[in-house]
Amino acid sequence: MIEMKSVSKWYGTTQVLNDCSVKINKGEVVVVCGPSGSGKSTLIKTINALEPIQKGEIWIDGVAVHDKATDLPKLRSRVGMVFQHFELFPHLSVTDNLIIAQVKVLGRRRDEAKKRGLQMLERVGLIDHQHKFPGQLSGGQQQRVAIARALSMDPIIMLFDEPTSALDPEMVGEVLDVMVGLASEGMTMMVVTHEMGFARKVSNRVIFMDVGGRILEDTTKDEFFGKIEDRQPRTREFLNKILQY
Amino acid sequence: MATLDFSFYTWANISNYLLSGLYFSVALTIAATVGGIALGTIIALMRLSNIKPLEYIATWYVNVFRSVPLVMVILWFFLLVPSGFYDLFPGGSGQKYRAEICALITFVVFEAAFFSEIVRAGIQSLPRGQTNAGQALGMTYAQNMRYIILPQAIRNMLPVFLTQTIVLFQDTSLVYAIGAYDILKGFEIMGNTFGRRIETYLLAAVVYFIISFFLSMLVKKLNQKIRIVR
Repeated sequence: MIEMKSVSKWYGTTQVLNDCSVKINKGEVVVVCGPSGSGKSTLIKTINALEPIQKGEIWIDGVAVHDKATDLPKLRSRVGMVFQHFELFPHLSVTDNLIIAQVKVLGRRRDEAKKRGLQMLERVGLIDHQHKFPGQLSGGQQQRVAIARALSMDPIIMLFDEPTSALDPEMVGEVLDVMVGLASEGMTMMVVTHEMGFARKVSNRVIFMDVGGRILEDTTKDEFFGKIEDRQPRTREFLNKILQY
Repeated sequence: MATLDFSFYTWANISNYLLSGLYFSVALTIAATVGGIALGTIIALMRLSNIKPLEYIATWYVNVFRSVPLVMVILWFFLLVPSGFYDLFPGGSGQKYRAEICALITFVVFEAAFFSEIVRAGIQSLPRGQTNAGQALGMTYAQNMRYIILPQAIRNMLPVFLTQTIVLFQDTSLVYAIGAYDILKGFEIMGNTFGRRIETYLLAAVVYFIISFFLSMLVKKLNQKIRIVR
């Protein structure tokens, strides 16, 4: 479904992605982790071309993302993305947040879009908040609306860029619950996160990135959380640090 | 010192000398604000675009108009634009309202430079993630601007727009340089006619004050109301 082949990216002379290759099959949940500055967020943003790449190839469902001729808006409309800071549109109500891209991008009728949007809002458990504005919701609620907004577009894959790192600890669970639900329904997902509990519970594979934008490990979940002695030294160091407390 | 005498301020004289001038000043302010914001938005988008030539043109546009006095721009336009230009307007109205047309065009062109900087600041004040979110949902550049970025930018900047409009309203008095019939001109003619120039200029000041002060109050109110809760 997604294939990245030897992707490299530079900001000026600083290399932020170094020869990254990843393959994600339909229905797979892949967790990407690593220290900050390792290029995890950049990696996930190259998939829907929010970040351009200088070298390599990226394919989504047979479409070449790296090709200049590709209709990027159309491609992006099929790829759901959830951001660290939610990025709901603060000037629009929750309902309008869910509807606007369906109407303007997919060309759905307003009532049809509303129906779909409210279905998704229901599924993230926030149907009672449809008339509110984003600023009236808690962080966890905003992130769930953001997930509903992405799902309303009926994406073929969902990308999550640190979806819980900006949340208060007691709100992390409600967002992860929604994501676990999605995974169990067979949604193809790529998740940049440090929530190792989530990775352990639902992921198929774990990718570990290190400073300089290199993929150090790409293993199955069982391997990753199996014998820690089998991991690369950098991965061990990282895991020891984040699992210490 | 002469005593002030306001006895010639009858309704008949006011409607005779002042109303059309007041109407023109207000109309010019509104038209220049609307036109200036529209043109200013385009210039702001050019300036923020990644297309170098557009960026240069916009930057120079802003720099030039911000560095010359408005009254000079008005005079240039009035003196340099050939008379044939005014024939483009139907039914000889172009020649008849030459000063007014000149004033309107120069104000829109001049104010656009200032409004564009306000729009630009408004756009840049939004988190980059908002643009990303629109893009990630499949919006084109134009859709993203139209539905996501500009509504927020303009809303955040509304008080600043109004403040600029107040300045603009006061600046409309500069059209005296080309003899357009605005508030000030109305008072001036009235003062000359009745030989009461001190009184008329005094009252002109009062009119400018009342309108500007009222707008300032409005800005204050707006400032409290408009903030989008984040």
